[in-house]
Amino acid sequence: MTRMVAEDVARTGSGPAPLLTVRDLCTWYFSNEGVVHAVDGVNFDVHAGRTLGIVGESGCGKSVTARSILRIVEKPGRIVRGSIHLHPPAGQGEPRDLVQLREDGPEMRAIQGGDIALVFQEPMTSFSPVHTVGNQIIETIRLHDRSMTKALARDRAIEMLQMVGIPRAERRVDEFAYQLSGGLRQRAMIALALACNPRLLIADEPTTALDVTTQAQILELLKRLQAERGMAIMLITHNLGVIAEMADDVAVMYLGRVVEHAPVRELFRSPQHPYTRALLRSIPSLHVPPRQALATIEGTVPHPLNRPSGCPFHPRCEVAIAGTCESHVPDLLPIGTGPAPALVSCFLHHPFGDGARQETN
Amino acid sequence: MAEDPAAPVLLDVAGLKKYFPIRQGLFRRVVGHVKAVDDVSFFVRKRETLALVGESGCGKTTTARAILRAAEPTAGTVKFLTRSGSVVDVTSEPRASLRPLRREMQLIFQDPWSSLNPRMTLLDLIGEPLLVHGMRSASERQGQVEALLKRVGLRPEYMGRYPHAFSGGQRQRIGIARALALRPSLLVADEPVSALDVSVQAQILNLLLELQLEFGLTYLFVSHDLAVVKHLSDRVAVMYAGRIVEIGQADRVFSAPRHPYTEALLSAVPEPNPEWKTRRIVLEGDVPDPAHLPTGCAFHPRCRYAIDRCRTEEVPLAADASGHLARCIRADELTLAGVATPVV
Repeated sequence: MTRMVAEDVARTGSGPAPLLTVRDLCTWYFSNEGVVHAVDGVNFDVHAGRTLGIVGESGCGKSVTARSILRIVEKPGRIVRGSIHLHPPAGQGEPRDLVQLREDGPEMRAIQGGDIALVFQEPMTSFSPVHTVGNQIIETIRLHDRSMTKALARDRAIEMLQMVGIPRAERRVDEFAYQLSGGLRQRAMIALALACNPRLLIADEPTTALDVTTQAQILELLKRLQAERGMAIMLITHNLGVIAEMADDVAVMYLGRVVEHAPVRELFRSPQHPYTRALLRSIPSLHVPPRQALATIEGTVPHPLNRPSGCPFHPRCEVAIAGTCESHVPDLLPIGTGPAPALVSCFLHHPFGDGARQETN
Repeated sequence: MAEDPAAPVLLDVAGLKKYFPIRQGLFRRVVGHVKAVDDVSFFVRKRETLALVGESGCGKTTTARAILRAAEPTAGTVKFLTRSGSVVDVTSEPRASLRPLRREMQLIFQDPWSSLNPRMTLLDLIGEPLLVHGMRSASERQGQVEALLKRVGLRPEYMGRYPHAFSGGQRQRIGIARALALRPSLLVADEPVSALDVSVQAQILNLLLELQLEFGLTYLFVSHDLAVVKHLSDRVAVMYAGRIVEIGQADRVFSAPRHPYTEALLSAVPEPNPEWKTRRIVLEGDVPDPAHLPTGCAFHPRCRYAIDRCRTEEVPLAADASGHLARCIRADELTLAGVATPVV
């Protein structure tokens, strides 16, 4: 374990060691127009049996974070700094830094879909249109377990489809993705992801393309599977309702950085970062009186090539401190004490000079 | 805007149907119909907001398109109260004479990325409807566009730019400015905020509410997002499999739904508050294939209150004492859970 990770475990107190620790992750895109800091110094832990919600608006880097963990960042993007440690089950060897592994090497291939699986937003585009759903699951199973025969893998695929609640799984296994409805397709996607018993499931906007009643089905399914298998879930979404319902802990991202990280109840009860506060005020809910003007955040998320200096949120922040926020980047630091304090990256909570770093770019 | 029962009816839709033929075989014989919109009736009063809600494939967008005759309706009437005070049936009007009507009924699209011509500047985009409807003077048009851009919160200096230079929220403002250019009385908004980020969504919703007050607009608001619908509608019509299953005052529909589908829909919305653990009704299965609808009530295979009669009987929309309509045999005997109204 690196020194930094050891310190963090000490800070967050007792409890099991995390399954995944991401430290100072920076994934940048080098285009002709300039360098886009899609992910710029992200830190978080994912624990077995728990759900980490990652929430943010478009361009905040939440999907690139997921892609970085799986090492499937597309060119011209590349991880320029940081570490992603995957910890093996207790007593089974040392943690591995995924950043140090070769993107297309055998170790990484074994982790992709093996230890860590990904569910995409659009199940139509993530299934091959020319192979049956069953064959794709069978292929995945046999890729990760060479000793599995075709017949056994097929039985396992049917079992997986049954487990995710697909009716008549023994028939559906021979159907193509386009023959399934949106909800069933997303279930099949989850079956595919879980086929090799991953310890971490990354779900990138898994219900965004679905209707609310179908979304409810998929969320219930994810909860049930997590309870049965004790896997960790990293749930990426822009929907705060889904976060409130699913997550144990939440990381709020803005322009490539985690601005706040807290247990879910705490985050919704007393959000600390000005962005989180504004975000929570701006959503219409079934429980707020209608027709009142919603609180808004001035302006829009800046263009990635036009990243503001200092704290990336300062141009839209109502309480920005002149002279500090536009020139210095706040660190993500704990507020309060206790076993699992909320982490906030804002000079309001940690006055400048108190652990903040100078603007470097 | 509060519901005003004395306000005149601006839009009166009766028995609206839109069937798409299913053709098969060598001679493309019609072997059946997809009943995308089946016998939909409702009215919208002046300055009111009626929301059409439902899940994908329920026919809400097709209904909106049929009303504007962007899709030719199969049957039914759409009576519209024009500014001159006459009532026109949009469905029987010859295509050629639709143009003056279209001044008064405009559409805001869902996707701000594909609904603006990338080769036109803002001046052309927003000025085009003015030109088409007879404003020949370029300087006059420019003045109008300037005023419209200001009103929707964009800088008039931007009028020489192309849509690609704008973010999703800004594009949606452009779409709104274009729709407002002809001072319509009815705005049909098809999922106007679904493609936007949360923080931008709030800006656009606020803008729509302001514009409604300022210009006395009537909204037909098509959406699947119940929280958004609750935020800005006076009345709500819930659609399922091409039909309206419930229609009533928004607060009534949300607090005391009369159709089991509405109840399930409301309970499925994830509430952005982890302290509220809502009683979730998870519906089994999917929305039925509109080409092969179940007999009786189309919702019965997924309904937890279904009885034998539901499988066979066609159910009409029936009102309770307050005029809240529902298409359910058991509407009067069931007590369905709505969204609790918080004390403010």
